[in-house]
Amino acid sequence: MKKKVLFSMKSPYREQLDIIGYCFGHGRKALAIVGAMRGNEVQQMYVCSRMVQELKKLEAKGRIAEGCEILVIPCVNYYSMNIGKRFWAMDNTDINRMFPGYDQGETTQRIADGIFTKIKDYEYGIQLASFYQQGNFLPHVKVMDTGFTDSKLMKDFGLEFGIVRKPRPYDTTTLNYNWQIWETKAFSVYANATDEIDEKSADEAVNAILRFMDKRGIISAKTPPGYITVIMNESDTRQVQSEAAGIFVSLTDIGKTVERGDILGRITDPFDGELVSEIRSPVSGTVYFEYHSPLINAKTVCFKIIK
Amino acid sequence: MIETVASAALAVNENLNIRKRRIQNGKSKNRLSLVTGTHGDELEGQYLAYMVGKYVDEHIDQFDGILDIYPALNPMGIDSITRGIPMFDLDMNRVFPGTKDGTMIEVICSSIIDDLSGSDVCIDVHSSNIFLREIPQIRMSVPTAPTLLPYAKMMNVDFVWIHDAATVLESTLAHTLNSRGTKTLVVEMGVGMRITKEYCQQLFDGVLNLMKEIGMWQGETAPVHEPVVSEGYEVGFVNSDAAGIFVPVADFGDTVKKGDHIGDVVDPLTSKIVEKVLAVCDGMIFTMREYPVVYGGSLLARILMTSGGEGQ
Repeated sequence: MKKKVLFSMKSPYREQLDIIGYCFGHGRKALAIVGAMRGNEVQQMYVCSRMVQELKKLEAKGRIAEGCEILVIPCVNYYSMNIGKRFWAMDNTDINRMFPGYDQGETTQRIADGIFTKIKDYEYGIQLASFYQQGNFLPHVKVMDTGFTDSKLMKDFGLEFGIVRKPRPYDTTTLNYNWQIWETKAFSVYANATDEIDEKSADEAVNAILRFMDKRGIISAKTPPGYITVIMNESDTRQVQSEAAGIFVSLTDIGKTVERGDILGRITDPFDGELVSEIRSPVSGTVYFEYHSPLINAKTVCFKIIK
Repeated sequence: MIETVASAALAVNENLNIRKRRIQNGKSKNRLSLVTGTHGDELEGQYLAYMVGKYVDEHIDQFDGILDIYPALNPMGIDSITRGIPMFDLDMNRVFPGTKDGTMIEVICSSIIDDLSGSDVCIDVHSSNIFLREIPQIRMSVPTAPTLLPYAKMMNVDFVWIHDAATVLESTLAHTLNSRGTKTLVVEMGVGMRITKEYCQQLFDGVLNLMKEIGMWQGETAPVHEPVVSEGYEVGFVNSDAAGIFVPVADFGDTVKKGDHIGDVVDPLTSKIVEKVLAVCDGMIFTMREYPVVYGGSLLARILMTSGGEGQ
């Protein structure tokens, strides 16, 4: 393993920002894994740290394929993590909306460029992704449908679901989208939590990435058997929104199979405790996202169901 | 008449309401929409909205048409000095056109678009951010310029910046409305979290002039001046390469030559100049850094190349 500084930036008032990468094996650039790009992506950084541990063991046993190089970047934006902010501490811009970056541009464009130049030539790319809203996901893998990455490759992760997302205009400056434009087969792995550590989901994510690497011939590793992944378009999943605002209580769990009409949650008045809304599933399927906060506004996505 | 354009229940005993005021007089159905407050840290448009509404109220007999004023598309952001939408950390100007069956903010954006669509002209007022000060200007993409430029010239701005189209900007209010046939001008002026009265007065004269040109105003107007029009490639960007405190020596609006000294980045700990900042081209400084603390990459100035010099 080699620990490398991939990009540095001076700060007027803090220690220099050094973005660290952990490099395993030698040869063709096989796989890059990127963790936290936002200051609250603790689970994403944690999964990467677990991957570093696993890869160190595999390297010591000679289980990394000859001629393959793997790069793990646990955390791009630890400046924000250390002060409890989600986006870049100075100007609140999102590094994951700055790709492919620009070395003569603004600060976060330069950071994106500094990272992207180091990861754009890998055959495969995995980003540990998070959702903008508080909530928990069933671990799953996603590809953005740019026409480059074969969505069937998601089966190699052995997660229960693989989701294909049609990119929207605001997706065109994300890492995942630009990786594909530069011909890296790119995947986003969702490991349930964001700003807290969920060990069980971290285990699942680590095993899924190891399984993918094993199937792709990058490593040789034994992992617990995975699922036969169901691949679907994001438009085939169903979002369930709150019809009212108040105190939210979930009555289901991610991964649970529900029938159409089942009660998924309740919203009560925050002052008098009266029930103001029962949230029922509009379809039969599997709950793969659950809102996770005691307060909820109207028209908030509180569950997502895979039909 | 004050109307609620969009509303959504917040968790505890409150609704998020997007409101507008309609001023209507005469027989004309011409409609001008003045919209601002998409970013909660941009306040120049608040004063402009007040000025325009007050003046038209006081001279209503000279007004013929419909004026819709939307002072705060992101009222929670303004209330909490938050650029994006509080709680979501989303830039509202990346959520348009929204959807009817989407999340709270998507539904609100969709309702706003429905309400604004059909205006003869829409003026979307922004004021840079807390980091940069801008001269009064209108920005538009190359594909929209043939339609929008004649209207931009009525607005008494100093500068019209015609820039390349970018896919990510397709999520803006202006792109959405322009693509649906509602002519929308994006104004940038001043600096975040402040009101610059002379800029508001300049734009006020422009709004009145535009209303006169489209047949909505019969009263007097002040003379407006012809803006400098950019062709997109004629703008030089000056970014910091060092971290420290930016201290300008050139003034906002100055005409400079390539290589002229326009400021320094200094280190308050060592008392050293860590970067001498030079103009990257000949031209006029139309954007200047307002917030002193900088990192490598922080934008310090934009220069409009008035003499065909080479930019960065």
